Amino acid sequence: MFRTLLKKELIAQLRTHRTLITLAVFFVAGLISPLLAKYTPLLLELVPDMPAEFASLIPEPTINDAVGQYLKNVSQFGVILVIVLNMGAVAVEKERGTAAMLLTKPVKPGMVILTKWLAGMVNLSVGLLLAAIGCAFYTTLLFEPFSLLNFLALNTLLLVFFGVYLSITLLASTLARTQAMAAALAFTGLALLLLLGASPRVQELMPGKLLVWGSSLVLGIEASAWWSLIAGIGIMFACIVLASVSFNREEI
Amino acid sequence: MTQAMIRSENLVKSFGEVRALEGLDLEVAPGVIYGFLGPNGAGKTTTLRVLSGLARADRGSAFIDGLPVRMHDRHQLSNIGVLPEEPAFYGWMTPIQYLRDFAAPLYSIDIEEAGSRASEILDVVGLAYAASRRIQGFSRGMRQRLGLAQALIHEPQVLLLDEPVSALDPAGRKEVLELIDGLRGRTTVLLSTHILADVERICDVVGIIDQGRMVIEDKRDRLLNRYARPLIEVEAEGDIEGWAESVRRLPIVEHVDLLPNLVRLQVSQVETAQGELLRSLAQDSVRVRRFELIRPSLEDVFLQLTQSPDSVR
Repeated sequence: MFRTLLKKELIAQLRTHRTLITLAVFFVAGLISPLLAKYTPLLLELVPDMPAEFASLIPEPTINDAVGQYLKNVSQFGVILVIVLNMGAVAVEKERGTAAMLLTKPVKPGMVILTKWLAGMVNLSVGLLLAAIGCAFYTTLLFEPFSLLNFLALNTLLLVFFGVYLSITLLASTLARTQAMAAALAFTGLALLLLLGASPRVQELMPGKLLVWGSSLVLGIEASAWWSLIAGIGIMFACIVLASVSFNREEI
Repeated sequence: MTQAMIRSENLVKSFGEVRALEGLDLEVAPGVIYGFLGPNGAGKTTTLRVLSGLARADRGSAFIDGLPVRMHDRHQLSNIGVLPEEPAFYGWMTPIQYLRDFAAPLYSIDIEEAGSRASEILDVVGLAYAASRRIQGFSRGMRQRLGLAQALIHEPQVLLLDEPVSALDPAGRKEVLELIDGLRGRTTVLLSTHILADVERICDVVGIIDQGRMVIEDKRDRLLNRYARPLIEVEAEGDIEGWAESVRRLPIVEHVDLLPNLVRLQVSQVETAQGELLRSLAQDSVRVRRFELIRPSLEDVFLQLTQSPDSVR
């Protein structure tokens, strides 16, 4: 059952172009980050009538800028992509009636949720891999070589970061009866996390801290965010369990 | 006594203020084709949803093969085939992919058998020609055929069919009804439909539900004999309104419907009525074009049992 459901979800990601969109967005976001970091100051210098004093204020771009751009671009585009591409995962199945067809077969509703989450994570992993390859190539070319192992660790933390939003979106999609309602719920979840992140005490637990940790790893700065990692894994686990329980109890 | 394959006891189900099921009792013997009839909103689909584990009853219980029905019971669902009223599929799949690579493995049918069964069942439901076409472009009728195929892929003991031929053309209806008819004795079929002629054609037992309650449940022929009143139709040349008014007063005539050049009479005793009506026609010199005894139909029974008392004489 698990294999059949996972296979179906992975093929669905391909056939409905979700994989293609994810790969394209991540690849572009990863690729342009070091390019933007390198050439933005040059582009600014080319602006006509730019005062010489202002141009001299722009610092020489470094690898920090490349990594910073990468984290900013990939995380921002990525979160929106995760919500948009997954908000219908369960809600659309309920709306269209395919959920009823599926649940009259001997399947566990929790397994349906788990395979949807796994397929989403596989999609994100491949997308992140492409983004990382693009970014690593141009960063090495335009700046200086850096630890690929640490960059891999950064991307693993990014994956956990996206995993949190994917889980929240899947939960929203399970609780909602329509795709529109799922989108509203998922964006509310996103807003809630941002609001919570504003509190200094809770901030340490928010997934955003994972990005700071990842960036520090690449730049060789001593920092960690273990509590954020634990909280992130906890949120994922809780969302999947809640979504499974809800789907199991829901009348279709 | 044989244990019922499908049974419900005092099923109650509400949606807010609306009571969809009001203490429904149902009993379907093994191997029987059971026609589940009722007007719109009577509770047929809700009953099927409860039986297939997609919804839970507020009160009462349902059993399949002696075991209580629970939501998402994998053991029970592996013995049931379900066809919802509007079967929905993943548009990017083809029928062969849906049956062989998706539905069959969920029933633990091994890959080789799944392939041969999928091809065979597509042939049986008349979809072999579209086996490799994307489902996205399918008509409602084609989806209904595929819905039947997926319900049959694992050769279930129990088949729950919600309006299985509603989207089919006459030829398709005939084919599918013959297919269901062929399951008699092997599979227990609970078939919900509005098309009374189909029930009359293939069902052994008929249950009529109205406002969430079982109005009557009996063998089809017994039901027809018990409830369907014989009708006599008289078609004449010219005006027969006067004659219709005169026979309305006869004690054996229960109801008269007057149409242009046609009178339809519901009578209590066929033989006596035939004699009296023919005599009366001769006395009034009515030029009769047709005098026919109409076979009682399930439609008569259905209307009689589900219409309000005011509309039935």
